[in-house]
Amino acid sequence: MSNAQARDQTVTAHGRSKSIPPRVWAGVVLIAVALAVLPFAAALIGQAWVRILNFAMIYVMLALGLNIVVGFAGLLDLGYIAFYAVGAYMYALLASPHFNIHLPFWVILPMGAGLACIFGVLLGAPTLKLRGDYLAIVTLGFGEIIRIFLNNLNAPVNVTNGPQGINLIDPFRIDGFALSKAGPVLGIPFSGPQKYYYVLLLLTIIVIVINLRLQDSRLGRAWEAIREDEIAAKAMGINTRNVKLLAFAMGASFGGIAGGIFSATQEFVSPESFGLFESIIVLAMVVLGGMGNIPGVILGAVMLTLLPEVLRYTMEPLQYALFGRVWIDAETIRLLVFGLALVAIMLLRPAGLWPSAVRKRELEVARAPEGAE
Amino acid sequence: MTQLTLLTAKDISKRFGGVQALGDVSFTINHGEIYGLIGPNGAGKTSLFNVLTGIYVPDGGSFTFDGEPLDRLKPNDVAERGIARTFQNIRLFQNLSALENVMIGRHVRSKAGVFGAILRDKNTLAEEAAIEKRSYELLEYVGVAKRANDLAKHLAYGDQRRLEIARALATEPKLLALDEPAAGMNATETQALKRLLEDIRRDGMTILLIEHDMKLVMSVCDRVLVLDYGRKIAEGTAAEVQNDPKVIAAYLGGEVSLNLKGA
Repeated sequence: MSNAQARDQTVTAHGRSKSIPPRVWAGVVLIAVALAVLPFAAALIGQAWVRILNFAMIYVMLALGLNIVVGFAGLLDLGYIAFYAVGAYMYALLASPHFNIHLPFWVILPMGAGLACIFGVLLGAPTLKLRGDYLAIVTLGFGEIIRIFLNNLNAPVNVTNGPQGINLIDPFRIDGFALSKAGPVLGIPFSGPQKYYYVLLLLTIIVIVINLRLQDSRLGRAWEAIREDEIAAKAMGINTRNVKLLAFAMGASFGGIAGGIFSATQEFVSPESFGLFESIIVLAMVVLGGMGNIPGVILGAVMLTLLPEVLRYTMEPLQYALFGRVWIDAETIRLLVFGLALVAIMLLRPAGLWPSAVRKRELEVARAPEGAE
Repeated sequence: MTQLTLLTAKDISKRFGGVQALGDVSFTINHGEIYGLIGPNGAGKTSLFNVLTGIYVPDGGSFTFDGEPLDRLKPNDVAERGIARTFQNIRLFQNLSALENVMIGRHVRSKAGVFGAILRDKNTLAEEAAIEKRSYELLEYVGVAKRANDLAKHLAYGDQRRLEIARALATEPKLLALDEPAAGMNATETQALKRLLEDIRRDGMTILLIEHDMKLVMSVCDRVLVLDYGRKIAEGTAAEVQNDPKVIAAYLGGEVSLNLKGA
């Protein structure tokens, strides 16, 4: 094989080929159609499922944000939910009767992302020299500090309304067209959650594209270099301080956006929603899906959002059918099965449900006889 | 424009607790030469590398590189100034492909930021294409292009050493500092490495080489610096150093055996 041929192959394998094969196009169209009709299909089971789909997308954004910090840069962050909280409260305070400020969502979401970004740098700056367990403990503390602040910032000046939280938060609204209310669009009747679904889908796709582009860039490679070997990264001229801070800042801003959306769709926030458990769930999505691999992380987020809900709706009827009575209530069994599923996945697929393509290709090569050296 | 001296080290000292790892080491490296750095284990060779590349801060002394002082710089700034290194224990980015490893070496000579990455404007795309092209050329140069898409950790040992050199070259250094590149290589691999080093020198690079393989050192190095217990005990051409009694003593324990004779 000539060098030119080898080079062409390499470039294609690296994933920046110009022509997209028709099979891929067909797949894209199929997925687009499926995503477009999904909220109506889900509504056949119940509007609750449309809400769950919306939640799944919020979690996809959160998990992708955390994936930048944990998956790309390799910095274990256990307080990620704090940025979600910052975004959520930013929206709640600037679009609710609490301060009687009602800014439009397209102003607040970027502001929330910006503020979360600043908090990301605030967390990143003092922890630059920490790694692994030590970093995990500091970030865990940071997450709790934010939550406790939100819980107690109702005195002497009532900023966050303390544990009661803030309600009557404005939904997304464009010129009097509120996404929360049911109503026809172009003659088709839409429920509130269904309208949100399409806005969220658009935002999620934007977030996914940004993440894909970040990963395959000079910056994305620098993050991965730091994850792999920080000293070597420094010796190759990467300013690890700046690049790490950028990882924290970028990850946090996606958390901030997701938080703002959470506020608007729920129309209510309280500190309870931002506990350690939430941080761990989002981390589990990243790890289970396949750390550092964007499709894997999306899969992880969707699965871990849907699985508990499916269990919630199936476990009690199932017990009723089997034993004639409910032995364990749905909430308990949900966590039990959830936990077992996590353990099983970690045992059976330690690299995650959908590990990165490079790793898979490598495994195949290793199995082939020519790869054995 | 090009002066004769590329790097001047003056009285470099480094102490770890009670151990004097480096004591007033001075030397100069000229443009375009292969400068060897040898000495018994623990002589301070790698410490000197780490002080030079900013991983350790020296306790005393100073470096002048390409006419400008090189003091108290962080490792990434040193790399930007034009010193690239490899490591005694290979430190590749294990879970990235060989090509990506070299592409990361281009980081310091490219400049796309967050917005470039997200917006993918013309400049960024052109820069990315150039990075990939150059990285691939470097892989061909060191001879591991066939394994461009394999993870670094799956490369054969010798290939990993070569990949590390390609990654270092990607930073466009003026001085290439290699820490025992032949360690663990068999005779054939060492021969290939020797040819690579000669190629790199012929292409105008200055090389600082730590090496235990004396045959390699004596055949490729223009001048050699010998360290023992953190001190410079000899400097000169390969032939001069080889016959220096102090060097022989350091390697073979001459003084100790003399003492034994006396007793």
